[in-house]
Amino acid sequence: MTFSDKTVAKRRWRAMLYSLLAIIALAMILPSLGYVAAWAQSGPMVIGYESRDSNPRADMWRDARQSVAGTTDQSGPYTTNVLINNSGEIWREIRSGREGVPSPLKRFGGWIMLLSLAAIAVFFAVFGRNKIEGGREGLTVPRWTMYERVLHWFVAITFIVLGITGLSLLFGRTVLIPVLGARGFAAYAQVAMTVHNFVGPAFGVALVLMIISWLGVNIPKRVDLEWLKTFGGYFGGGHAPSEKLNGGEKLWYWIGVVGLGLAVVITGFILDFPNFGQDRATMALAHVIHAGAAMFWIALFFGHAYMGTLGTEGALEGMTTGRVDTAWAKQHHNLWYAQLLEQGVKPMPAEPPRGGPPPSAKSVTGSST
Amino acid sequence: MARMKFLCDVERCIECHACVTACKNEHEVPWGVNRRRVIVMDDGQPGEKAISVACMHCSDAPCAAVCPVDCFYQTADGIVLHDKDLCIGCGYCFYACPFGAPQYPQQTAFGVRGKMDKCTFCAGGPEEPHSEAELTKYGTNRIAEGKLPLCAEMCATKALLAGDGDVIANIYRKRVMRRGGRPQSWGWQAAYGQNV
Repeated sequence: MTFSDKTVAKRRWRAMLYSLLAIIALAMILPSLGYVAAWAQSGPMVIGYESRDSNPRADMWRDARQSVAGTTDQSGPYTTNVLINNSGEIWREIRSGREGVPSPLKRFGGWIMLLSLAAIAVFFAVFGRNKIEGGREGLTVPRWTMYERVLHWFVAITFIVLGITGLSLLFGRTVLIPVLGARGFAAYAQVAMTVHNFVGPAFGVALVLMIISWLGVNIPKRVDLEWLKTFGGYFGGGHAPSEKLNGGEKLWYWIGVVGLGLAVVITGFILDFPNFGQDRATMALAHVIHAGAAMFWIALFFGHAYMGTLGTEGALEGMTTGRVDTAWAKQHHNLWYAQLLEQGVKPMPAEPPRGGPPPSAKSVTGSST
Repeated sequence: MARMKFLCDVERCIECHACVTACKNEHEVPWGVNRRRVIVMDDGQPGEKAISVACMHCSDAPCAAVCPVDCFYQTADGIVLHDKDLCIGCGYCFYACPFGAPQYPQQTAFGVRGKMDKCTFCAGGPEEPHSEAELTKYGTNRIAEGKLPLCAEMCATKALLAGDGDVIANIYRKRVMRRGGRPQSWGWQAAYGQNV
């Protein structure tokens, strides 16, 4: 009994000792678990000087300088809660430059348009007009439908109107104020801006319709690469094969109409509808893209207009009357012409001069046999 | 010749909006157009500060640089004014201004904004001083009467100072020397250049 009593007492004492030790150990470890949790949340803790937050006053002034917004009780469509808007300074330097620093936008845009005109003049002086070889055959095939022509000329006329009014707003202060005077130019600029803002959306809708309508004939193919390799024979070196639209025309479609066109239209909408709440920085950026892409587009447009009128004999009538001479079709778009014949399209004699009888189906069969 | 400037002593501004109200009332500025506004930085946070801001009448004014019709001009006192008869409401000055000073009566589709309106330093516009045309287009002309802008005159704590740059800088310098702390001539670097 005594033996067992002794062992029981010993065991009890030992159990008490261990529990006491456990309590002391846990009492020290458990509270410090908070450090583990904090470390797991935010990485190793740095104690001392570096853990202090930065000076709130210095932070506030840094925010004020760096376009960080505060709060304001004043309300209005143009009332902002930003103290210093730095994007405006950048935009000002790009659009207007500052003393001794010319505007990159005006310089780049102006030069690219002038160089385009100069290149076209040199090309015309050296190579002259691309004539229909062997003269006209007097027979025509349909090239552009009435819908396509109306769309083309609507886009073309609004393009020119928008180009002139837009360039007036960018260059008018330098070029037109000396001519018209401050008051005269302001009156013109008011009209130009209003016309630009209201014609723009109509142009945008027509442009998108045009992109959709002519997507099918503008799919790039291997034959276009061959056309581009020889520059379509414009610099001599024979004729390159071409479908309804040649490699150059497809480039104009993809780079000019689709690429630059959509860039101009999308940024134009951002600028024209400030009622959607876009901020100043967005609109300033949109303006730079709008003006830059537009001027690059105008430079390409000079080339397009030259090719379609003065540069290539027999090209313009396709877009005015809708029909082109078979000789022109064979020379410039041989694959398309062959395809037309395959489809059973019969060439008809060219429209007689005004006042004459309209071409009838009988006269067509008579002349082609 | 004096060079007119604004200076907001941020340690004194108590966000009472008296400057805003005084300006609106004096010039009968329409709803939604705020020539002056109070911006609170870190509202409810440590370091909260209220700052009254309007056109700072910059030395090399960005608004004037980007204006397509060149309607801005600077008076001999350095006050930046504009001619509403020339303004076409294109919004360019609003994009360019660091301080958000240019305001317009409208913000509608097709970029219709109306003529730009902004703080005139209570100096009217290009019309005949105290004429009906000047009053309706630009508000009153206190400068022509030998008075300073009303916002600063009304300021209860004299936080907003307006006047010759040298004079107000001197007042502010004395305050900073008396109370200690660092000077903060807010917005002066952006408005008047790096050397100010």
